Amino acid sequence: MDELTTARSLFGSSLGFHIIFATLGVGLPFMIFVSEIAYQITKDREYTLMAKRWTKAQAILLGVAIPSGTIVAVQMSLLWPKFMEWVGQVIALPFQVELFAFFLEALFMSIYVYAADRLSPLLRVLSVFFVALGGSASAVLITSANAWMNTPAGFDLAADGSVINVRPLEAFLNPSFPSAALHVLVSAYMTGAFVVSGIAAWRMLKGKQDEALYRYHRKALMLSLTVGGLMSLATAFNGHWAGQVLHENQPEKLAAAEGLFETQAYAPLALGGIADLEEGKLKGAIEIPWMLSFLADNRFDAVVKGLNDFPRDTWPPFYVHTLFNLMVAIGSLLILLAGFAWMVRWKRGKAPMPRWLLWVLTTTGPLSVLAIEFGWVFTCSGRQPWTVYHLQRTAEAVTDAGGLLTWFVLFISLYLLLAVATVWVMRAYFRRRPLNEELAALHSGKGREGESLG
Amino acid sequence: MSNAILAISIIWMFVFMYAILGSVDFGAGFWGMVYGRLKDNRAGALANRFLSPTWEVTNVFLVMLVVTLVVFFPSAVTSLALALLLPGSLVLILLTIRSALMVFAYSAPRFQNALSIVSGTTGLLIPALLVLVLPVVAGGFIDPADGRLLTGKLFSSRVTYTYLAFGLASELFLSAAFLADYSREAEDEEAYLVFRRHAIWLGPLTLLVGMVTVLSMGPEAGWLRANISENSGWFLASATAFLFGYSAYWWKTKRGQGAPRIAFTAFILQFVLASYAYGVSHLPYMIYPALTLQEGITNPSIFRSLLISYAIGLAILVPGFYLFWRLFLKDKRYLNRG
Ligand code: HDD
Ligand code: HEM
Ligand code: HEM
Repeated sequence: MDELTTARSLFGSSLGFHIIFATLGVGLPFMIFVSEIAYQITKDREYTLMAKRWTKAQAILLGVAIPSGTIVAVQMSLLWPKFMEWVGQVIALPFQVELFAFFLEALFMSIYVYAADRLSPLLRVLSVFFVALGGSASAVLITSANAWMNTPAGFDLAADGSVINVRPLEAFLNPSFPSAALHVLVSAYMTGAFVVSGIAAWRMLKGKQDEALYRYHRKALMLSLTVGGLMSLATAFNGHWAGQVLHENQPEKLAAAEGLFETQAYAPLALGGIADLEEGKLKGAIEIPWMLSFLADNRFDAVVKGLNDFPRDTWPPFYVHTLFNLMVAIGSLLILLAGFAWMVRWKRGKAPMPRWLLWVLTTTGPLSVLAIEFGWVFTCSGRQPWTVYHLQRTAEAVTDAGGLLTWFVLFISLYLLLAVATVWVMRAYFRRRPLNEELAALHSGKGREGESLG
Repeated sequence: MSNAILAISIIWMFVFMYAILGSVDFGAGFWGMVYGRLKDNRAGALANRFLSPTWEVTNVFLVMLVVTLVVFFPSAVTSLALALLLPGSLVLILLTIRSALMVFAYSAPRFQNALSIVSGTTGLLIPALLVLVLPVVAGGFIDPADGRLLTGKLFSSRVTYTYLAFGLASELFLSAAFLADYSREAEDEEAYLVFRRHAIWLGPLTLLVGMVTVLSMGPEAGWLRANISENSGWFLASATAFLFGYSAYWWKTKRGQGAPRIAFTAFILQFVLASYAYGVSHLPYMIYPALTLQEGITNPSIFRSLLISYAIGLAILVPGFYLFWRLFLKDKRYLNRG
């Protein structure tokens, strides 16, 4: 691998790793918040137990989210110093403000985890709220930076290429920011919810003997499927908007995502298939006539630009077509699945859910995490060869320092180690606090109110 | 005041805050290792109790420092990234292992032993790597031809090791002084005496190593040494603050021997004065001789928007910090927990 490829692989894997924990750090606090609300509505105390157990899981995940985020932030400067010069000159604001969001989350997470027993109920709810707010805010802010890389705005270039007339707020609110920020948020809420569904379905398969446990997990399942279903619907609608923003602002990315070579009106939507660069054709795809034009601009006669209109050396890599298809497929599948599971629950009433359905539902968590990964790699790789769209090539942004391969190997090993350790700690932790004991304590009224989360 | 000076003052403030918080945090890890492994030792337990809730917040200060540097001095990033890839990446790996274990050990006690060793050793290694930035930006260790770090020269130079020694001595000194005060607050006289003893031998040592560091600066950093001797007034004031604080360990108070709160406060003042003087001596260079502040500063409109964001951010966060301080550094129920 040359140094540029190594730098890209190293950075891509660091982000790919961080994003798992970061997305859950946005999605889980939202679920915790929802179950607190569910408790307020139903007065069923099992929802507070859910909130409590999810908080513990979230506290463990944070132990990886924070250091991996620190890695990403520092590597951004270490690996792409010339991109960071752009950042500093134009899009500094979200990076800076994000730190305040981190402080908010870090402060209140410590308070919530280590001091829960000394807080008044109001302060406790407020702490969770601030944790959730901090997570969501940091996602929106970092997305602003990423959106700016896709649709740079808020400055002018002087004749000598230097940056002048910087308008920080305009850079922050760049053209793709609104759709992207909303998409990242709702997809994170959706992922947090489906991860909960996946685990609940798994527990229902394993723990069928105990009626109380089964009911507890079914409640968690139905709650999370509701949130996940609604959020995946929102994700799809909002993804449609994101696609239209691509049509306007990054036509070659949309063309690559759809495998479209010829510019045309009444463009078909291509599902699957593999792009053949030599022949300039998409092979083996199922085409839905006129659909792409309609998706891109709400009109069947809209002209969608094909790749042949762009210089060959600015074409994004072709696997982004597959990534995009997979993301959309997962999104659509999960909407259907959540709807179907609700229908079954409604039809069957109190009778147990069919085992095959539970098996299928265990995949919702992993699938939505995969969709997140596909989506991010799509937006970053689909921007290639640019780091800043039409302004700075990735090859111009990379550091001149050599020897990156060693670091790549070291960091990958570190991520593997952390992934294994996280799973292990989760299991050890929840094994020490079995659900049946906590449930029994809850119902005998000895629920240790105000116990610190230790 | 020019934008560049205002910006570097803000960065200086974060460097300073991270130096103090980091010293206390990493130092507590080290003391936790030394004492935590003996059963029933209050000193170790105390150090670890302080560590549990605070490392996250300390970590944000590190990120804050990096981000602030990038946003205010974007053109410094290219040269710094090149020079600091090695120490920077090492710090990241160590920091990740440390932070993850910190949380894991809290959730799965079986990690307790591993944590105490890891947080102890990384508690020495991370500050050592971080302090390497100082000799690097002072000149002589960056290859003028391609801008890369002269690793061989860096690790064979005497001045590098004096910086290292200074970094470690001040880390351990500050954390001992802090923990002495913290144990007094927790009404744990036994732990107090342990940390007081360490502060007493580490204090003069730190001062001594600091002086040796300045004296042994190489020819490339001659400009810095010259500036430092011009600012010797500040360093004298710093030494005075130290002597005052040091004497407080022998004051007789109602709560026993010594006044650790006064001592620690004076030591902070000592570090404020000394690092201010070091910072002023470093002007006008960010990286000698490649980059001055004036060349590095970002454009005025971004600069202004950043200042506004600081004002708003601080207004929101100050109450949070206050609550945090009340709960973990002041609340007897937390301090005295078994
Ligand atoms: C659970 C995850 C998930 C799911 C099910 C979907 N997405 Fe998505 N998508 C993301 C998670 C995501 C993401 C990871 O959050 C991205 C990456 C960058 C971004 O802004 O959001 C993204 C990016 C992204 C982009 C690129 C934006 C850009 O590069 O500027 C488009 C056009 C879509 N999505 C469209 C869709 C459509 C039409 C979907 C139909 C269901 C869909 N997404 C489902
Ligand atoms: C869409 C992508 C991302 C999302 C949703 C996201 C979200 C999060 C969340 C929720 C946390 C935990 C915050 C805390 O508790 O303090 C976190 C940590 C962090 N993230 Fe990300 N992040 C993303 C990408 C990035 C990128 C690209 C960077 C670097 C530029 C970054 C830098 C960080 C840092 C530095 C931390 C640690 C903060 C600390 O020290 O507490 N993140 N991120
Ligand atoms: C969080 C999930 C993300 C993932 C999984 C991800 C993934 C990737 C991948 C795979 C690459 C290499 C692209 C290639 O070489 O084909 C890349 C590049 C990059 N990404 Fe992202 N990315 C994420 C979010 C972000 C965000 C939020 C930012 C900015 C704030 C960002 C900034 C960059 C930069 C600067 C590069 C290097 C230059 C480039 O290749 O364009 N990424 N990312």
